[in-house]
Amino acid sequence: MDLLQFARGPALTWALAIFAFGMTWRLAGILLLKRRPDYSEPRNATSWPGALKLIISRSWPRREFIQRTAFGQALGYIFHIGLAIVVFGFAPHILFFRGLTGLDWPNLPNAIIYLSGAITLGALIVVLGRRLIHPVLRLLSNFDDYFSWFVTFAPVATGMLAVAHLGARYETLLAIHILSVALLLVWFPFGKLMHAALVFVSRGSTGALFERKGASI
Amino acid sequence: MNEPDILGASLARSGISRRSFLKFCTAMASLMALPPSAAYAMADALKRAQRQSVIWLSFQECTGCVESLTRSFDPTLEQLIFEMISLDYQETLQAASGEAAESARKQAMKASYGKYLLIVDGSIPTKDGGVYSTVAGVSNHDLLVEAAKGAAAIVAVGTCSSFGGIPHANPNPTGAVSVSDIIKDKPIMNVPGCPPIPSVIAGVLAYFITYGKLPELDNLNRPKVFFADTIHDRCYRRPFYDQGKFAKTFDDEGARNGWCLYELGCKGPTTYNACATIKWNGGVSFPIESGHGCLGCSEPNFWDKGSFYKPLPVPLADNTPIITAAALGGIAVGTAAAVISRKHQTSISEEK
Repeated sequence: MDLLQFARGPALTWALAIFAFGMTWRLAGILLLKRRPDYSEPRNATSWPGALKLIISRSWPRREFIQRTAFGQALGYIFHIGLAIVVFGFAPHILFFRGLTGLDWPNLPNAIIYLSGAITLGALIVVLGRRLIHPVLRLLSNFDDYFSWFVTFAPVATGMLAVAHLGARYETLLAIHILSVALLLVWFPFGKLMHAALVFVSRGSTGALFERKGASI
Repeated sequence: MNEPDILGASLARSGISRRSFLKFCTAMASLMALPPSAAYAMADALKRAQRQSVIWLSFQECTGCVESLTRSFDPTLEQLIFEMISLDYQETLQAASGEAAESARKQAMKASYGKYLLIVDGSIPTKDGGVYSTVAGVSNHDLLVEAAKGAAAIVAVGTCSSFGGIPHANPNPTGAVSVSDIIKDKPIMNVPGCPPIPSVIAGVLAYFITYGKLPELDNLNRPKVFFADTIHDRCYRRPFYDQGKFAKTFDDEGARNGWCLYELGCKGPTTYNACATIKWNGGVSFPIESGHGCLGCSEPNFWDKGSFYKPLPVPLADNTPIITAAALGGIAVGTAAAVISRKHQTSISEEK
């Protein structure tokens, strides 16, 4: 069994199994937790408009802090959108998803993917630099932050190298790329990357609570 | 006095003109990316060279490699190959059979000991003492070991002799192995392919006779001049890959427009061979040009790398059962954790 066979075979199988186990474990564990009873009189009859409102409002910098937060948020948007384009727009990735789920959708031209990948890599490097340089961010950061950055950066970097055939033979680069994706899948449910699944749940539940209490959103 | 059996005399006897011979040498030099002056050097060296003694052993194989070489589209090329070498033993092509054939082999091995080129096609069965393939009662393994002793170099022609090939595929009932799994002390060049391109076989033979050594090899002992690039890199459909234009089925509009066959399982991106440049049948076409994806036949274990029609990014195994089981396990553990947490919260509330 060569490295590519290992990556496409047992490595992906185990990574997908751990990912599925971890995601369902954490989601079931969190969503089935007991809610604290709220005995107060609700200010509004329905709370879901508040949930929606907060999801949107917290996705945009607040006017009061825009000068301090705009750069970080812009960076965040750039690499998140870049990642989405690369992950869901590249034909080989769509084939991967189709193989797993049966779902299919049109791909984007490779030139757009390569450009997005390069921008994403650049943005991720700036994000890491900012985290290392900014005294407060640095103080707040732990292993989870750096490792989550690494497992996000690695598949993009190895994917770009594989596409460009740089550094090693294509099949070796492809195997390393798939292995880096396997590492991402294994880490995803247990680290801060889980925010991808929980970000709107937490914002929504906070918004619903604010709506019920009549707080300004 | 007998004249030495030099190639120039042999070509003259066969009525091959200097012009045809130079054309062949130029084509071979060009195929192997040698400088233009190498064609004349090759012609000069080949003309004065003694015909290279070649012993060709066929083991667990389908004869496709020999068919590929002998049924080459270009008869001049084929003729030159057989004028260039003295093919002293080849079971399919030789007229002799039985004891006479074996005696010819032994005689040739003795006469050119240490100088002959050993060509092997087919894998070597090793299970149960190698009984699954024998020639004149001798196992392929013993025959190879004996013939390799006096060989100047060994050329493994075809994927079976290079990497084990189809006989080596899971579950490998005969314990088939490649030549390089058995012979460790001789220079070995692999010319894989199922079958290999005839021009590649001719090219490496011409190189060996001209320079007296094997050409530069890659990590899998394949001549770099032919196996340095992937099919994908040299494929005329590559621009469609870059544009993201793919055939979804073998008869859709994309297929009719000649778009990339990546989504139909083409293994071109991970296959190193010269099909896309030299092509087959005198440069007429190659599998991708004929509308079918590359099978990756010149790579080790190509038969065991999943379906030929499964695209490269798709996992090899069907992971649905294991993912479903893992997800159900996760839900069970998560629910159990939530239940325990709820009980704990209730007990805290009651204590208060």
